[in-house]
Amino acid sequence: MSLLFKLLAQRIALGFLLLFLVSILIFAGTIILPGDVAQSILGQSATPEALANIRRDLGLNDPPVQRYFNWLGGLLQGDLGTALTSGKDIAESIGKRLGNTLFLAFWAAIISVPLAILLGLIAVRYRERWPDKLISAVTLASISVPEFLIAYVAIFVISVRLRWAPSVTTINDSMSLGEKLHTISIPIAVLTLVVLAHMMRMTRAAILNVMQSAYIETAELKGLRMFTIIWKHALPNSVAPVINVVMLNMAYLVVGVVVIEVVFTYPGMGQYLVDHVSKRDIPVVQACGLIFAAVYIGLNMVADIVSIIANPRLRHPK
Amino acid sequence: MSDNLLKVRDLKIGATVYPPGEKPHDIEIVHGVSFEVEKGNVLGLIGESGAGKSTIGLASMAYGRGGVKITGGEVWVNGRDILKSTHADVRALRGGEVTYVSQSAAASFNPAKKIMDQVIEAAVFQGKFSKHDAESRAVELFRKLGLPDPENIGNRYPHQVSGGQLQRCMTALALCPEPDLVVFDEPTTALDVTTQIDVLMAIKEAIRDTGVAALYITHDLAVVAQVSDDILVLKMGDMVEYGTVDQIINSPKEDYTKALVSVRSIEHEEKTPTPEPILKVQNITARYKGTNFDVLKNINVELHPGQTLAVVGESGSGKSTLARVITGLLPQSNGGVRFAGRDLSRDLGGRDKEDLRELQMIYQMADVAMNPRQTVGTIIGRPLELYFGLRGGEKRKRIIELLDEIEMGEGFIDRYPAELSGGQKQRVCIARALAAKPKMIICDEVTSALDPLVADGILKLLLDLQKIEDVAYLFITHDLATVKAIADSIAVMYQGEVVRYGGKTDVLSPPFDDYTDLLLSSVPEMKLGWLEEVIANRKMESAGN
Repeated sequence: MSLLFKLLAQRIALGFLLLFLVSILIFAGTIILPGDVAQSILGQSATPEALANIRRDLGLNDPPVQRYFNWLGGLLQGDLGTALTSGKDIAESIGKRLGNTLFLAFWAAIISVPLAILLGLIAVRYRERWPDKLISAVTLASISVPEFLIAYVAIFVISVRLRWAPSVTTINDSMSLGEKLHTISIPIAVLTLVVLAHMMRMTRAAILNVMQSAYIETAELKGLRMFTIIWKHALPNSVAPVINVVMLNMAYLVVGVVVIEVVFTYPGMGQYLVDHVSKRDIPVVQACGLIFAAVYIGLNMVADIVSIIANPRLRHPK
Repeated sequence: MSDNLLKVRDLKIGATVYPPGEKPHDIEIVHGVSFEVEKGNVLGLIGESGAGKSTIGLASMAYGRGGVKITGGEVWVNGRDILKSTHADVRALRGGEVTYVSQSAAASFNPAKKIMDQVIEAAVFQGKFSKHDAESRAVELFRKLGLPDPENIGNRYPHQVSGGQLQRCMTALALCPEPDLVVFDEPTTALDVTTQIDVLMAIKEAIRDTGVAALYITHDLAVVAQVSDDILVLKMGDMVEYGTVDQIINSPKEDYTKALVSVRSIEHEEKTPTPEPILKVQNITARYKGTNFDVLKNINVELHPGQTLAVVGESGSGKSTLARVITGLLPQSNGGVRFAGRDLSRDLGGRDKEDLRELQMIYQMADVAMNPRQTVGTIIGRPLELYFGLRGGEKRKRIIELLDEIEMGEGFIDRYPAELSGGQKQRVCIARALAAKPKMIICDEVTSALDPLVADGILKLLLDLQKIEDVAYLFITHDLATVKAIADSIAVMYQGEVVRYGGKTDVLSPPFDDYTDLLLSSVPEMKLGWLEEVIANRKMESAGN
């Protein structure tokens, strides 16, 4: 057990180190951005004195290293700072929107991950036959079309013509779970289409790779059914590559949905980020960037951990 | 039909081939083979690689690997032609009536599942036993097959038991559903000789006790002689000879069978040591990075110019590690290597071009030791350019000379490795080593992957070349027959130490130390009843102690 524990501890420590390095990158990146925050808050007509005052108040005159550590110190205490444009506490504003983004991502994942794996298994079972080719063609077509186009087509067909679900997906706390899900059903469907192909193809490739193994032949010579062989003998040995792609796509569901959120005016992180980038609200951009990075690193860490645990040699050492 | 369990009539098997630069097309790989197996009998299928042994064995389960298809003939199992059976009937046959034991149990067990689950899977799935009954039957088989801790070994994962134990688990897997026929496909080929004898005995006893019939596939006639009632000799998909084990071993009719029986007929007179050895390995101790035990412990051996030192031992004995130390791939932690009158640097980076040239290597897997995208001429020409600066016509002339030396000739100069047979590939590797005009060549299991007759040809070639080029060989092998054939001196290695070392005659003459005795007595001999004799002797000895 000790080797497994050591590997897991290593992976988690690496995750935190990576997050720390990313925080430096984000901070440095926002500093070298062109433009002046004070100028953009006060506008073109601001007097030099007013600009100097606001710079002093915001601490913009301090050396960058000091500002970085002030920011980091705040982060560690859960203080993401205040938005320059609205003066609101960022943590509070983000909290709600992050919840909404995760809500959308969660339901999209709940549907797309099992569906992708099931389609992958079916594609393997009927490889090189029509079900395989159909699944490949449809999923490939769906990622080849830009997601905003799929989104608008979906809105036109489902919302405008069929009137099954709303096109504007504003949700609030007073709605029941059922109402919420109904409201966001189109974005869920669009997101599922977008991430499906990648996961399905990886599942198919990983299992087909395992299907070459001698132990699959052993299973065939036991007279087992093909689907039993795929499910019981091949899938458990394909966990590592599949989980990596699944986690990458889940990360995409959280950090890559900006376009979808804007199309459906969904009150999530993506819209919030886009709004504040255009307003040059640096603390908000930094906070959003860091949260996205944390989600990305966190999910990839989960993938690594699952891959390690999936290895029987590590789980059951000699 | 008669009460034959398995009856194969005029079986023809085809395969789709994809030759480079040609359209894929179908060829026939088994050309009308017929045989019968009665209840409780064992038929040995023997032949070299490409003979179609495994293909025929799998055909008795109506199974074809990859693009292999059964194109004609009949396969009757328990009175019905399985080639005409429905898909569901074939599935009921596999894992129920007929089961399979593969060459590599390590690859044939699913690494993610417990041994017990895999052993009982077919028996339960086919409805032969309940899960509980199948498990108690498996434990019984584990005990019968001499596995340690039979009650609990099933709870382990495949990587948690040794190769020999796993091969026995695979036998238990095949016997668990109480099949009528078991196909054993080279079940002991991948094992060390001392392990092979135990597994062989376990299989033989299991066959006897359960009354199951078997097809026993192997390239080793000495092994098949121990377990079979009848033998079918195959060559390139054709039947060569079919008879009782006694007739095939003691009075073979066909020339090909005679060649198989008399393989390893090379005689090599031991040479006396010279005053000045070419290689002196002095007190070598070595370990791999990140480990805390020595894989080599205080090794001392010498090799004389133009002679052969055979380093023999089982897997894990450290013989290949010794080669890595001598070539500088693994710097030793203690001791030194003296070569051609000078001390060799511990690691590869510290050796000059002359050191590299004079010490060449030939590997076990000729396929992977050559760049598949280079022609034979390029492969052999490379050391000529590197060490002697040969170019153009001069280089070509020398390549042709080398091709003649390995008995292949100019016609092969523009061929690619994929177009060569296993033996030809190994010959090209020998030519490449010789091109550097070395004083010594390390041969690491160079004949292990080859068929006996081909291996014999390679050994003869190596001996001839030794006379012409006066090159010394450090010959690493696990095969004692090879050692007897070519060595001048022998070092027996066991767990990182040289347990016996000296001239060939001395090492192979009694009195033996315990390990060498075990090793020598484990090599299968081509005579009936050898296995029983050895087992009886060992039982007597352990009773005497």
